[in-house]
Amino acid sequence: MKQLMLGNEAIARGAWEAGVTVSAAYPGTPSTEISEFISNYKEIDAEWSVNEKVAFEIAIGASIAGARALVAMKHVGLNVAMDPLMSISYPGVTGGLVAIVADDPGQHSSQNEQDTRWLAIAAKVPVLEPSDSAECKEFVKRAFELSETFDTPVIIRLTTRVAHSQSLVTLGDRNDIPLKPFDKQHGKYIVAPAYARRRRVVAEERLGKLKQFTETTDLNSVEMNDTSIGIIASGICYQYAKEVFPDASFVKLGMVYPLPQKKITEFVKACKKVYVIEEVESIFELQIKSWGLSVTGSDLFPRIGELSSRIIRQKITGTAPELLTLGSDVTIPIRPPVMCPGCHHRGPFYILRKLKLRVSGDIGCYTLAASPPLEAMHTSICMGASIGMAFGFEKARGKEFASQSVAVIGDSTFWHSGLTGLVDIVYNKGYTTVIILDNSITAMTGHQNNPSTGMRLNGSPAPALDIKKVVEAIGIRRVVEVDAYDLKELERVIKEEVSAPEPSVIITKQPCLLIKGIDRPGNAFSVDPQKCTGCRACRVIGCPAISFVNKKAVIESSLCVGCGICADICSFGAISENDEGMDA
Amino acid sequence: MNIVISAVGGQGALFAARVIGRVALNNNYDVKVSEVHGMSQRGGSVITYVRFGKQIASPIVEEGYADVLLAFEMLEAARYVPYVKKQGVIIINDQKIKPQPVVAGDCAYPDTIVDTIRTLDVKVELIDATARALEAGSSRAVNAVMLGAFAKHTLFSRDSWIQGITDASPAKFVQSNIDAFDNGYGK
Repeated sequence: MKQLMLGNEAIARGAWEAGVTVSAAYPGTPSTEISEFISNYKEIDAEWSVNEKVAFEIAIGASIAGARALVAMKHVGLNVAMDPLMSISYPGVTGGLVAIVADDPGQHSSQNEQDTRWLAIAAKVPVLEPSDSAECKEFVKRAFELSETFDTPVIIRLTTRVAHSQSLVTLGDRNDIPLKPFDKQHGKYIVAPAYARRRRVVAEERLGKLKQFTETTDLNSVEMNDTSIGIIASGICYQYAKEVFPDASFVKLGMVYPLPQKKITEFVKACKKVYVIEEVESIFELQIKSWGLSVTGSDLFPRIGELSSRIIRQKITGTAPELLTLGSDVTIPIRPPVMCPGCHHRGPFYILRKLKLRVSGDIGCYTLAASPPLEAMHTSICMGASIGMAFGFEKARGKEFASQSVAVIGDSTFWHSGLTGLVDIVYNKGYTTVIILDNSITAMTGHQNNPSTGMRLNGSPAPALDIKKVVEAIGIRRVVEVDAYDLKELERVIKEEVSAPEPSVIITKQPCLLIKGIDRPGNAFSVDPQKCTGCRACRVIGCPAISFVNKKAVIESSLCVGCGICADICSFGAISENDEGMDA
Repeated sequence: MNIVISAVGGQGALFAARVIGRVALNNNYDVKVSEVHGMSQRGGSVITYVRFGKQIASPIVEEGYADVLLAFEMLEAARYVPYVKKQGVIIINDQKIKPQPVVAGDCAYPDTIVDTIRTLDVKVELIDATARALEAGSSRAVNAVMLGAFAKHTLFSRDSWIQGITDASPAKFVQSNIDAFDNGYGK
């Protein structure tokens, strides 16, 4: 029976059918749901790891110990896991080892458009790329076979449109794979130079074998139809092109590294004009052109952002349907994402703005504080970077600058890679103040548990690591916990800690209101129009519940959750909590 | 058939897309649904695509090819008008949710936007889905009302839709979702 399945769900199903018993991941759009779906299968020990590097190492360990193991992450997560990937490439695997890496062309939810194919080439690791959910499931199974046959880790590259699209999948049964013996081959898994030099040769030989395999595997298929247009594509680009040119000839690449040189050469020679259609990077094109073949790619198709059927149609045929338009005199206001009403992050950033501090931010929902009207974050580069960067500010501009700047990081990001930065500050005698926004969840990616939430991936109880104790153990003497809704106390504590001539950590606490079972902080608030002067001071927190009608603030009671931050900001006492039962 | 669902993050567009996909599958069509997750779900503008037919390649509806635009909010109808083909259908919930720049007073909500859309070569249906959802007992059932309004434009039977909604809804919302669907569908 066929089922409609998200690409990420099909990856999970494929893992189960392939007999995977260990899975590890750190959440990141567009890969997050893979682990959430995997956690439904009791045969698989699945976890949220503290970060992608640890996740990858768990999968490597499980593979060496004989199990089929899967690790999943978003594209930039692979940067964090690059050391284990590069280092396990030469040694290879015992049980199958497959990494699912989800790229995000168009940067729907990411800081860049990096292409995992480059990283895989650097690691000399084969890559499969599915184009729909059925292939997601199938390719996971094929990847495990490949991994064990060729003694190599295998990467499955997804893109957002494959990971987050649903299409039909036929379910199969699970193939229970017995544990392989713990590998006894001497030195295979020791990367000390004397051993690793030998494995270096093995890795090259393996690549040679994979180059033969890619020529004959049905993962790469040739569809010969009308030969006036030939198209070479993989993944979602194949689907876009197929939509526009159903009768063209295609090389559909399911194995995108290494490429089938002979197969492609024959195809290019058999077609009148060949287009290489790939998003963002010219990875196929460069390789194909290096073989002396003439194809069209980056000179025609944009290299920034996603491709689409529309772009492909327009670039190749020069035609596009005429679009309906409301006319140039109609302006449609943008609708950017915003912090939710009652969000715990609003108070701390309001105070940071008020105190005019330079804020080294990080990655999470709180990055929204960089946008108007709060505009209270000045840098946000990569996971965990806020802490090291704030210390860098201090080093560049002198100790005094530590009283004018702070690092701000969420609980999950702190565990991911903030902790090490903090160790560095203590060790190297910095003064930097770090604010950890502890909302008890990994919120941005859709509410995943992390080491301090007290629950594991499958919702089972876990030790809740105590951020305060950990920070104290590192050697931070000034550690303060503050209620994130208490503006007065926040202001007092932040002022005090940034001026202290030693490192401080401020932990702001209030759970994310979207966590199931969390009560709203209070009744809705309302504005007394007699008292409101229309000064707009409350506007700066960017609460979606507050708008202005006839120059006076109005609170939409259906949106207000009663955090009361606006009431604390108001100098005229115009905002107060409704009595019980008054809420709309 | 190509359907674009536009909404404000949190309005339940994904549920609607999944129900349409399920009903199409149960009626033996090939189906693809494309969703948006992540950053834009925090109250941003979200767009979801559903396509079904004999065989579907791309999961994305191309601009100018949508048979139906199902808009859960008026501004989100206007934003995605270029997706709709000429003589296509735009079903609009008459709800107005102010985006941050409007809330902040930086610009105005274009109040006559639906009238402007009506001047185009499309069929516009304006529906009070939020009120009809409340009538069915749940403000969260806007998506089910919108599904009801959309269902009339398909060849699938009411039974088929009720089945799809029942399968896709959590048990305690099945009845309110069915009632909301009927409020959009009309008995």
